[in-house]
Amino acid sequence: MAAGTIPITVELSGGLEILFNNVRKFDVELPATTADGSASNIDYLVKFLCDNKMTDPRRELFELNNTVRPGILVLINEADWELEGEGEYKLQPKDQILFISTLHGG
Amino acid sequence: MEKFSLGSENLDLRKRIAELEKELAGYRSGAHTASNGADAAHPQSSDDSSEAPASSVQDDDDARPVKLDLDEFRRYGRQMIMTEVGLDGQLQLKRSKVLLIGAGGLGCPAAAYLAGAGIGTIGIVDHDLVEPSNLHRQIMHAVDRIGTPKVTSIITSLNNINPYPRYVAHNYALSAENAIDTLDRYDLVLDCTDSPQTRYMISDACVLLGKPLVSASALRSDGQLVVLNNPPGEGPCYRCVFPRPPPPESVLSCGEGGVLGPVVGAMGVLMATEALKVLLAKADRKRRRKPAHLAVAENSKATAASDEKDTHAQDVKMKGKKEEGAEERKFYMTIYSAFSDTPFKTIRMFGKRKTCQACSPGATITKESMKNGSLDYVAFCGGRGAGKYPALTKDEVIEVQEYQKLREKNEGGVLIDVRDDVQYGMCSLENSINVPLATILTLPIAAAGEGRNDEAEEAKAVPIPSWLPRDTSTPIYFICRLGNDSRLAVQRLKRSGLVRGNAIKDVNGGLWEWSRKVDKSFPIY
Repeated sequence: MAAGTIPITVELSGGLEILFNNVRKFDVELPATTADGSASNIDYLVKFLCDNKMTDPRRELFELNNTVRPGILVLINEADWELEGEGEYKLQPKDQILFISTLHGG
Repeated sequence: MEKFSLGSENLDLRKRIAELEKELAGYRSGAHTASNGADAAHPQSSDDSSEAPASSVQDDDDARPVKLDLDEFRRYGRQMIMTEVGLDGQLQLKRSKVLLIGAGGLGCPAAAYLAGAGIGTIGIVDHDLVEPSNLHRQIMHAVDRIGTPKVTSIITSLNNINPYPRYVAHNYALSAENAIDTLDRYDLVLDCTDSPQTRYMISDACVLLGKPLVSASALRSDGQLVVLNNPPGEGPCYRCVFPRPPPPESVLSCGEGGVLGPVVGAMGVLMATEALKVLLAKADRKRRRKPAHLAVAENSKATAASDEKDTHAQDVKMKGKKEEGAEERKFYMTIYSAFSDTPFKTIRMFGKRKTCQACSPGATITKESMKNGSLDYVAFCGGRGAGKYPALTKDEVIEVQEYQKLREKNEGGVLIDVRDDVQYGMCSLENSINVPLATILTLPIAAAGEGRNDEAEEAKAVPIPSWLPRDTSTPIYFICRLGNDSRLAVQRLKRSGLVRGNAIKDVNGGLWEWSRKVDKSFPIY
């Protein structure tokens, strides 16, 4: 899986780790291109995580309309993904992607 | 002899007090014009359960004269000697009116530190009563106040910490209709609530009224903190950060998901810090007295500058720099993840959204639309959890007493407890088995058309889980903590098509009802 993959780190926070068997941080070798040959972006990473890493069957708690569901902040190297082009952002080796569920308790 | 010495000591003390008061008067006139207009030094609190009297919070006036008495100097000295505070800062805090919405896990510690710091007026909105399950984290409430309103309980504790601030009790639930009137009388708002709809509502009201908003939240071992609409009109609002609400099924309260006391406590304490930062930024530093040597240096510098012809160019340069700085203003969110190796993170946020419904030039939300109730925050957030759990038919539900009778006759069938393993480990009914809801939700879904052979065969190919009865006569009962997840389980098992013939029922109200109506010795949590 070495050639043609992008090594990135994924971190989960705000309770999202529960969907991933309580693992908060893991490395991912993400295929460099999607099935149709375009470079892998965040939306593809979300799908990849649902297909390969998520242990909870409730996919809708992470993915909605082919991107991350509302109420989850995505941070690309500690900056809001909207500063980087949101779901279209093309992943680079060693990127740190953090998914944070919004909390409402108090 | 003793009498005499006490008397002379008394005299000395009086002299000393007079000296200090004289000194203080001088100090005050340096910082502010001496005036006795405001007598905020008297401990007081007022109840605003009904409509507020117009006089309850005075007009906004940052220059309103306030003063500190000797006890306050001693009380606030430890923070006043900080360069970030000073006399000007302390007077600014005393002049300030802060509203905390929610007297729970966030509101308690935040209020304690704000009261301690000497905020002039502290308002608290909450309509709940103190419950035993609050006490592990809501540190301003107490055992002997269980069952009493949270606002009165918290004000009792705050008065014990500091009797100087004016405490205003708003003993009602904040709504779109009353939000504008409630918030309008304060300078700064702290959102210590626990639902997405109140968070959107409070943010909208703050934007419309031009008030900065300190917002935090916590669940389990995580917390989030952000200062919004700060400065008003410049900083992003809650809708800028979260333009679309989360689906209701993903929203968990502390009661549902659990929360660690010090985690929510830490977030509340951070809120107090942010609130003090916002308020202190308004203090008039220019009136701070300069040390003699600097005052002289500054004077001569001013004269020198006025001699130079180039001052205009310099001004322009300075102005340019300032504007550049304003453009570069960055907004951050602090996130706390207690069990992570690096528990604190500060992340850079996108900032103000050009299409924001609340704070952009094209905003559609107005004071009127809030006040007249045409904005439905509950609906915007997908309803009050309705639809989250399926409605079951009469045949699919059994009451706890009825189920107990069946158990006595050994006709209890298979009792499946769908709570997670942690909760099941805390307490469980005898002879129940534990299959968490998350597992039940992984069951396959039967093909809709029964007549079609290929699909029926596919369904058959799925192995039947070991925890399901093999015969078709044993009834299956689902139970959980409150009777919601068990309903989902009933619905889901039926849809799987794995069970043929067996009755599948939900034990109505779950273990909560069981404890209330069948076995009082069963723990409620």
